[in-house]
Amino acid sequence: MSDTSEAPQLLRLAASDNVLVALGPVPAGPARITGGGVLTVERPVTLGHKVAARDIAAGEKIVKYGVPIGSATAAIASGSHVHTHNMKSDYTPTYVLDETSQGGRGD
Amino acid sequence: MIEGFLRQDGRKGIRNHVAVAYLVECARHVASEIVLPYREAGAQVIGFPGCFPNDYAQKMMERLCTHPNVGAVLLVSLGCESFNRFQLAEAIAKSGRPVETIVIQKAGGTRTSVAEGQAWVAARIEELSRAERVPMGLEELVVGTVCGGSDGTSGITGNPAVGLAFDRLVGEGATCIFEETGELIGCEEVMAARAATPELGRELTRSVEKAARYYATLGYGSFAAGNAEGGLSTIEEKSMGAYAKSGSARIDGLIKPGDLPPKGGLYLMDVVPDGEVRFGFPNISDNAEIAEMMASGAHLTLFVTARGSVVGSAIAPVIKICANPETYARLSEDMDVNAGRILSGSSLTEVGAEIFDLTLAVASGRKTASEQLGHAEFILTYKSFEPIGPACLPS
Repeated sequence: MSDTSEAPQLLRLAASDNVLVALGPVPAGPARITGGGVLTVERPVTLGHKVAARDIAAGEKIVKYGVPIGSATAAIASGSHVHTHNMKSDYTPTYVLDETSQGGRGD
Repeated sequence: MIEGFLRQDGRKGIRNHVAVAYLVECARHVASEIVLPYREAGAQVIGFPGCFPNDYAQKMMERLCTHPNVGAVLLVSLGCESFNRFQLAEAIAKSGRPVETIVIQKAGGTRTSVAEGQAWVAARIEELSRAERVPMGLEELVVGTVCGGSDGTSGITGNPAVGLAFDRLVGEGATCIFEETGELIGCEEVMAARAATPELGRELTRSVEKAARYYATLGYGSFAAGNAEGGLSTIEEKSMGAYAKSGSARIDGLIKPGDLPPKGGLYLMDVVPDGEVRFGFPNISDNAEIAEMMASGAHLTLFVTARGSVVGSAIAPVIKICANPETYARLSEDMDVNAGRILSGSSLTEVGAEIFDLTLAVASGRKTASEQLGHAEFILTYKSFEPIGPACLPS
């Protein structure tokens, strides 16, 4: 699975980011990162969703594009899906529909 | 080089529509019936639904009815509404455009109003069909950009690709406008650093702070459920993606809806009303944003969508740039550009160049996907603004 000749599955947008973006449906298990490296993804995620690039403590800023995009509301283990269930905006709350809030979990 | 229709005020249009404008919701049906047989020929419905007087609505309707893409205007009034149809008709007449007002209560009701209106529209379409395009420079072109139905792909593919197209358009003298200050929350500092002057930078920051306060009062951000379904978790994350549409050019000014940018360059449109929260959400759906772009002179709009919007617009063509490759596979007929292919190896530069080239082709008459499918959405609601300050347009 760590064959680097295959296309990357997770996008690292900036060196300081603590999340990576799924470039398509990513199954659980080892996933290739742009620019090299592998991250073990905890459970399947869908295109455009984020996974933790490392362990993130509760209250820590979530960093994407090199800038904070909110704060962790719980401890997030490396490889976990990072979304509205474990992070929040530092500005206004995020509105979701219960029927579609499972989005991003590919299982 | 592009080609457009020369108007009396010196601006050039890239389309030659007959606008049929209802001046209160009660006149909308008559306006729609008038347009129905002439949709293919270029007649389109715009209008304002409210019955209470409102300066913003009056200004917006004046700007839209004298938009360079409009060649003639039929106003449809019920008769008892508060909208000042006399002032609007006078502004249109002064612009050199043919204008007529039908007052349903005077004309004898629905059937006679529709018949009179259709006769007038048919005659104008016949006249406009003889107009010829003339050469138009890129410095005469105004391009807006919005995004709608964003997701985790928007900030990686479609939005930065539009940013590259914007950089090139601005570099060649065009006027480019980006907007939705409520979707720039979290980007204030990086954006202010791009302002032409420090004073303008402070105005840009203030406009986003105003948006943050306004949305905080409402209790919702400019964030829809579908954004989260597609991987966006917070308004700041969505903002970073939306901000990428502005490219990297210097920001030359801050305008409000209906203000015409004075010269080529890059402008931010402040769409959040001034003063206390009065009339609800700043823009209730994507077409409200597009209507404001048009009111500030945008000839066309670059619309980045990821979940998959299908809309177009009355008056000004919409080029839809699809950020998400899975969405493109399902909705390709509704899309003009497949920016999602960036995820599978195409370069941002290549897609940015495609958007630039398509902008020029559409300006010269090529129909967009939404035009071909007959889309001509339009919406306008109440707002109130104070005039922009002197620092907003440094010379």
